[in-house]
Amino acid sequence: MTELVVFVIASLMVLGGAIGVILRPNPVHAALSLVLTLFGVAVHFVAMQAHFLAAVQVIVYAGAIVVLFLFVIMLLGVDKSEDLRIDPLRVQRAVGPLIGVGVAALVGTAVIVSRGLFGAPQEITAPEDNIKALARSVFSDSVFAFELTSVLLVVAVVGAVLLARRTPKKEER
Amino acid sequence: MLASVVPTTTWYLLLSAALFAIGAVGVFVRRNPLVMFMCIELMLNAVNLSFVAFSRSFGDIKGQTAVFFVLVVAAAEVVVGLGIIVAIFRKRPGANADDIAALKG
Repeated sequence: MTELVVFVIASLMVLGGAIGVILRPNPVHAALSLVLTLFGVAVHFVAMQAHFLAAVQVIVYAGAIVVLFLFVIMLLGVDKSEDLRIDPLRVQRAVGPLIGVGVAALVGTAVIVSRGLFGAPQEITAPEDNIKALARSVFSDSVFAFELTSVLLVVAVVGAVLLARRTPKKEER
Repeated sequence: MLASVVPTTTWYLLLSAALFAIGAVGVFVRRNPLVMFMCIELMLNAVNLSFVAFSRSFGDIKGQTAVFFVLVVAAAEVVVGLGIIVAIFRKRPGANADDIAALKG
C-alpha cells in the first residue's frame, strides 16, 4: 500500500514538473518545474532501492545542473516570458504533440506487449550495501568507461572555457 | 484489494515512456534554446528511470552503473551546451533556435 502511494505521488511530481517545463512561458519557471521532476525521479530511485543514485540525482541534477541553468538564464537576461503563440515553422507546434503521442503510444505498446519478460522485482543487495555493490561494478567491470569519463570531463571543461572566453581584440594586446 | 497492488517494472517503464514523450514534445514546441536543453534533460531522466527499473527487474547492479555514467555525460553535455548558448547570445541577444539554423557566425 505504501509503495503504491509513493509511486502515485512521485509520478504526479514527475509528470506535473515535466508538463510545467514545456508549458511555462518563463524559462525561470521552467527550470523550477524541472527541479520538481528531478526530485520525483529521485523518489522513484529510493523506491527502487537505488539509494546512491537518488542522492547523486539530487546533488548533481537539482544542485548543480539546474543552478547552472538558472545562472545562465540570469546572466543572459532571458528571464522574460516567451510568446508561445508565435510559431516560426507554422506546422511544427501542431505536429509536436502528435509526435509525442505517437512516441508514447509506440513505446507504451512495446512495454505492455513485452510485460511477461520482466520477472518480479528482485532485491539486488541489502539496502546498506547499495554503494558497495555499485562501487564494485564501477571500479571493476566498467573501470575503462570510468577512466574515459574523466577524459570527457577534462575535454568538456576545456571546451567550455574556450567557448565562453572573449577573444581579446587585436589593438588591445 | 488495493492494498496488495505494488508497482511493477511495467509501471515504471510506462512512466518513463510518458516522460520521454513529454521531453520530445518540448523540444518540438519550444524555441528558447535553454528550455529545449531542459527538455533534453527530461528525456535523459526518463532513460535513467527505465535503466534503474530494469536493473531491479533483472537483479543486476549494472543498470545503476549505466545511470551513473549517464549522469556524468549529462553534466559534461550541459557545460558545453550552455557554453555554446552563452557564446551565441553574446553575438545576437534574444536569439531563438530558428534564428541560429545556419551554423555560421
